[in-house]
Amino acid sequence: MVTTSRLEEELAALAGSVPDPELPVLTLAELGVVRGVRMLAPGRAEVDLTPTYTGCPAIEAMSADIERVLHDHGIPEVTVRTVLAPAWSTDDITAEGRRKLSEFGIAPPRPHSAQGPVPVTLSVRCPHCGSTDTELLSRFSSTACKALRRCTSCREPFDHFKEL
Amino acid sequence: MTTTVDKAAALALGDDALVLAQRLGEWAGHAPVLEEEVALANIALDLLGQARVLLSLAGDEDELAFLREEREFRNLQLVEQANGDFAHTIARQLYFSVYQQLLYGELAAGDGPFAPLAAKAVKETAYHRDHAEQWTLRLGDGTDESRRRVQAGLAALWKFTGEMFRPVEGLDLDAEAMAALEARWLAAVTAVVEKAGLTLPEGPRTGAWTAGAGRQGLHTEPFGRMLAEMQHLHRSHPGASW
Repeated sequence: MVTTSRLEEELAALAGSVPDPELPVLTLAELGVVRGVRMLAPGRAEVDLTPTYTGCPAIEAMSADIERVLHDHGIPEVTVRTVLAPAWSTDDITAEGRRKLSEFGIAPPRPHSAQGPVPVTLSVRCPHCGSTDTELLSRFSSTACKALRRCTSCREPFDHFKEL
Repeated sequence: MTTTVDKAAALALGDDALVLAQRLGEWAGHAPVLEEEVALANIALDLLGQARVLLSLAGDEDELAFLREEREFRNLQLVEQANGDFAHTIARQLYFSVYQQLLYGELAAGDGPFAPLAAKAVKETAYHRDHAEQWTLRLGDGTDESRRRVQAGLAALWKFTGEMFRPVEGLDLDAEAMAALEARWLAAVTAVVEKAGLTLPEGPRTGAWTAGAGRQGLHTEPFGRMLAEMQHLHRSHPGASW
């Protein structure tokens, strides 16, 4: 049984409070990418971080930011490990994270139904006017994790954090 | 759970992803519309991420990508083929993304050393496959010109598709498993091609031109030029960094 010490909990909260480098409205904890923090020895911490997409270029900036925050908290030696399993899913984004995405003008991902694929009938709501009358322009957008949509009511284009 | 990674298998899968990422990256600045510019670059980025993980399992990713000679690469001949026009690139994407998604699905379901990466990548390749399928339908069901071009792309690349289903050294998928994968691939590609109003190319999918083939380090003419472009900066300025 692995137990988490009070220090580890404190460090996990600190690592989780780091803002996402590309979506700074979200913290890494809200994005669901910090998988755990362990003290290996006094003054030596190891952090498990998982990428959203395998090729996500933000992971290096995230690692550097986590190291800096933990150094500032008096941990001289910090290692950030990239872990792939279990694979990250958009379901790992917290409810607060979804709310912030929407407020920032990005439609949040729809939840997966159990293990199956996302039903295509579920509409994506426009983050600007709230209309559910929106259309897909491209499944790929400004970053790997987003799709480009347009609202047919207010005519504004917007990013949608696509389901993964 | 198998934990030892077979380097030959990591190279084969990693080189497929790396080489196709490089080819798709060549579209930057040339794609027909802005959305496609972004889409092809995003697909290339996913593949590059997969390549980095896979090549790191086999050794130093930079040395492997930038300092190997042509004969040391283990990618399929399909992925090294020149982009051609947009329809030709879509035909290549259709053949490869269906294959890659089925292969990663198999690896993700097992407990081998590639399962964690495959479980992650299979979700990314689902989008690549959807992109290729939607474009095949649009081009096939578009104008005479678009239909002619995508049909020509499918035909030109057909002979490189047999190689995908030869057993890969170091993967837990034997000849029987690969044959089953091939049957599923053929059914999926046939369904899209027919729905698009196109005809499945005729003719053999392997032959003397694939003797030994990419998995054994034998590559086609366009590959050398692609590698020269990919590697020249690193080779001209050893140790350079941003």
